[in-house]
Amino acid sequence: MRYEAPDTIDQAVQMLAEADGLTRVLAGGTDVIVQLRSGMVEPDLMVDIKRIEAMHAITAEGGGFRVGAAVSGAQLGEHEGVKALWPGVVEAVELIGSTQVQGRATMAGNLCNASPAADSVPALVVAEAVASIVGPEGRRDVPVDEITTGPGKTTLAKGEIVESILLPARPANSGDAYLRFIPRTEMDIAVVGAGISLTLNDDGTCAAARVALGAVAEVVLLVEPAADALIGSRLDEAALDALAAAASAACRPIDDKRGTIEFRTKVAGVLARRAAVIAQTRARG
Amino acid sequence: MLDKPKDAVLDREFKVVGSRPVRPDGVDKVTGRAKFGADVSAPGMLIGKVLRSPHPHARIHSIDIHAALAVPGVKAIVTRDDFAENKKHKDVLCNIMARDKALYEGHAVAAIAATTGAIARKALKLIKIDYDILPHVTDVDEAMADDAPILHDTMITRGVDPAPEKPSNVAQRFDFGHGDVEDGFAKADVIIERSFKTEAAHQGYIEPHACLASVTEDGHGELWCCTQGHYAVRDVCASLLGMEVSKLRVTASEIGGGFGGKTTVFLEPLALMMSRKTGRPIKMVMDRDEVFRASGPTASTSSWVKVGATKDGKITAASAEFRYQGGAFKGSPVQFGAMCAFACYALENVKTVGFDVVTNRPKQAAYRAPGAPMAAFAVESVIEELAIKLGIDPVEFRLKNAAAEGDTSSYGPKFPRIGLVETLEAAKAHEHYSAPLGPNQGRGIGSGYWFNFGGATSVSLNVHPDGTVALVVGTPDIGGSRASMNLMAAEELGIPYDKVNTIVADTASLGFNETSHGSRVTFASGLATIEAARNAKNECCARAAMIWEIEPDAVTWEDGCAKPAGANAGNFEPMTLADIAKIAEKTGGPISGHFEKNPAGAGASFATHMVDVEVDPDTGRVEILRFTVIQDAGKAIHPSYVEGQFQGGAVQGVGWALNEEYIYGADGKMQNPGFLDYRIPVCSDLPMIDTVIVEVPNPGHPYGVRGVGETGIVPPMAAIANAISAAAGVRMTELPMSPPKVLKAIDDANGSA
Ligand SMILES: Cc1cc2nc3c(=O)[nH]c(=O)nc-3n(C[C@H](O)[C@H](O)[C@H](O)COP(=O)(O)OP(=O)(O)OC[C@H]3O[C@@H](n4cnc5c(N)ncnc54)[C@H](O)[C@@H]3O)c2cc1C
Repeated sequence: MRYEAPDTIDQAVQMLAEADGLTRVLAGGTDVIVQLRSGMVEPDLMVDIKRIEAMHAITAEGGGFRVGAAVSGAQLGEHEGVKALWPGVVEAVELIGSTQVQGRATMAGNLCNASPAADSVPALVVAEAVASIVGPEGRRDVPVDEITTGPGKTTLAKGEIVESILLPARPANSGDAYLRFIPRTEMDIAVVGAGISLTLNDDGTCAAARVALGAVAEVVLLVEPAADALIGSRLDEAALDALAAAASAACRPIDDKRGTIEFRTKVAGVLARRAAVIAQTRARG
Repeated sequence: MLDKPKDAVLDREFKVVGSRPVRPDGVDKVTGRAKFGADVSAPGMLIGKVLRSPHPHARIHSIDIHAALAVPGVKAIVTRDDFAENKKHKDVLCNIMARDKALYEGHAVAAIAATTGAIARKALKLIKIDYDILPHVTDVDEAMADDAPILHDTMITRGVDPAPEKPSNVAQRFDFGHGDVEDGFAKADVIIERSFKTEAAHQGYIEPHACLASVTEDGHGELWCCTQGHYAVRDVCASLLGMEVSKLRVTASEIGGGFGGKTTVFLEPLALMMSRKTGRPIKMVMDRDEVFRASGPTASTSSWVKVGATKDGKITAASAEFRYQGGAFKGSPVQFGAMCAFACYALENVKTVGFDVVTNRPKQAAYRAPGAPMAAFAVESVIEELAIKLGIDPVEFRLKNAAAEGDTSSYGPKFPRIGLVETLEAAKAHEHYSAPLGPNQGRGIGSGYWFNFGGATSVSLNVHPDGTVALVVGTPDIGGSRASMNLMAAEELGIPYDKVNTIVADTASLGFNETSHGSRVTFASGLATIEAARNAKNECCARAAMIWEIEPDAVTWEDGCAKPAGANAGNFEPMTLADIAKIAEKTGGPISGHFEKNPAGAGASFATHMVDVEVDPDTGRVEILRFTVIQDAGKAIHPSYVEGQFQGGAVQGVGWALNEEYIYGADGKMQNPGFLDYRIPVCSDLPMIDTVIVEVPNPGHPYGVRGVGETGIVPPMAAIANAISAAAGVRMTELPMSPPKVLKAIDDANGSA
């Protein structure tokens, strides 16, 4: 196996594009090195992107923030601006692993690893985050919910690298939240995850909402009927019940060692409900 | 006379015993200097890797190693053909290397030694095995069914009269009890009867099995390994390799956890055999995956318990049946489970039956109080339910029926002095017991028992010319025992703690020692240490007598000095250990003490646990809010390490209760062989575990010590189940009580889904 750590994204793209055999981008390595050591992947080339200076930056852009693909969870968690604008995204990224893992793991890596249970992805999806991708054919901007197509599968072409993720500006009176269910308190994989972002009208009714669920299907699900249950309401009991029911109805999970179909389906509704209330509280400021 | 009589234990004033000095092995461990199993290398060393069966049950027709052997860098391959039949260790041999059949997924079928691990791993893939796949069974109840696939066609159930004619998966039946339970149930006003299941749990030691073996051309072997018992490793390996015991020297590394799981051999005989074949040292280290699939977790169980009591809270009869599967070979701890089940209670009518069952799972190994926790989960759940149904406080109910000195235990012998009542009284008096609870919160109680063992023990104690002491023990330190040995030697000799240095000797340097198991070390090596110190003190007194030219029995030992026994003995300046040691060369040579025996009189340890939980009614998630462990230590030599044992037992019990389990697919393969999906508790899952040390001295030990290492894992599962029942109104009868199960129970109880 060859290991490269270029200084520019163009070099990185070129190396990946020209390589024969299996390649992997190496960001924090908290997924890919684990996979390597357990014999799950045996790449011929690993391209480390951590030497690329620009990918470590978090920059303000158009009222939102652009987060470099090499920014660690710990670094993101210390950024006051992002925390204030997208607290749900930050809390989702901070749930990943432990203090040690946080020092390495990246949001982009979490996205590109394409696990249906990835914690930051439902939060990114409801935030309408956009991945900025650089490849042999140039640059393209893609909404995050179009990146993954199934467990371990992405729409990234050979040689393409996510350079950054844009968390957009948002209207006043907006809030987001992410909750996941794990049997323990940390160091675990989401059995169910629920991300919610919403904007309130001046009268407190819900003007806009997005609801996404993790670990209940082969990809993160954006659940429009669940969002519709909130829009126009004040998140009263009836609206929250409708949200939970719509969230549960959208689930198509599997029975596995981490949870039963029955359990995941019910808990998806429970978490959506709880996350909605947190997002509402944040939106009220 | 050097010492007060043993029955004066209670009045004894200790000087250093009972204090909390820093452990002598601590600095090396926190700085990373301590050498664990995988931390040693040797020149010319090869790396050994094991090929394991992917099938849970398969006949092995042939093994073709030619292609693998031809890989450059591969130096040796061993298979079943390399090991001769061995009557004495038949099952161990069959477990370390499959013979005619692979009996579980992960069963070793071949091992390769190569110049690098990568080469060995690559070559493993080239070994061709022709398997004939057989039907398998992993569940204990299914294994007992008439139509179950049979693992061993020679297995005729023992303990049944008349002996069955057909083979089955039931190795043995056990029966214990006394009185007439039918009669007793007839007198009961209330009877509770329930069935339970528990899944297998792994000891979860952080350090995987590892060893370095070297056999020379002239047949001498050396083995370095992480084990709880290097003498047992030596004896088994010597037998499997056909070596004389004296030609194999085994050294125990520092150990990164064992909890009973490192009391047998897995890699060691393979490494020795490959070293013999190549003449080169062989290092082997298991992956975590191998640890889960192929070392020894505990048994999974199924049980039935029935207990009856009168309105005023007297138990009239108790009956139970336990079915434990211990993997592919006989020897599940069901016998202990059946013996411990009702040991907490003084019963007129009691009956327990146990079935030792084999399945296509890895051979179980000991795990803290082997067999007792699963039985206690069932029994203590029923006891609590019965108390509640009778409207009697659960601690009070246990007190009304508690076993005490002189009672006939449920498994036969009469109890000597024991401390169950004291733990229950302490529970009742504890502030925790009456602390307020919030919504969705509940409190549960559980008591537990473990025998504790003695076993063969040798200790040697050498007094150095500067008055410091080298204490040589043969029981690997798995829980801070070197600190406790230092304390006991220092106490007996009257010298400071840091003047004693305890080491764990290799098998060639000290007489036989049974494995560090059965909570025996502080008891047995401790007793031997005290006796060896007394032995050395006698010698010191004799030397002083020689110097003072008085009779040896005119000299006594006090406050670390030899002194004339009384006014009549003469007027001499007391001599310290250092004074005597300094001139030992002139008074007859080196001074040492030693002790070799099988000390009987290990004292049983009882515990009562109290736990508060909060249950999330919408997700079934259980949070442990507060946990108090109350246990009889006899005498806490080093209270911090006693508390550590209490806490460790409780934490492992929490894991077993809530999330730890072996998950098997229909294909008979383990689905969660890693710490991601085999969920041991992480720090943030737990509150501080509070402890109360009860001290009811064990008359069988000079300082009153009882073993404390195991009882702590016996009560937690029932205590937590009882707390969940109090919090959420559901009675959980299957371990683990994981969120999907708890949520389902809550939803079923509410009549909704
Ligand atoms: C102990 C532990 C606990 C964990 N806990 C959690 C958890 O709670 N929740 C959770 O969601 N995950 C968890 N994970 C998984 C992992 O930490 C996260 O998915 C993390 O965000 C991955 O980021 P990384 O930078 O380490 O990715 P890497 O391992 O470096 O990469 C992951 C994948 O994405 C690709 N990739 C990375 N960056 C790019 C890029 N810029 N462009 C294109 N492809 C790229 C890589 O090639 C690889 O396939 C845990 C992992 C460990 C080891």
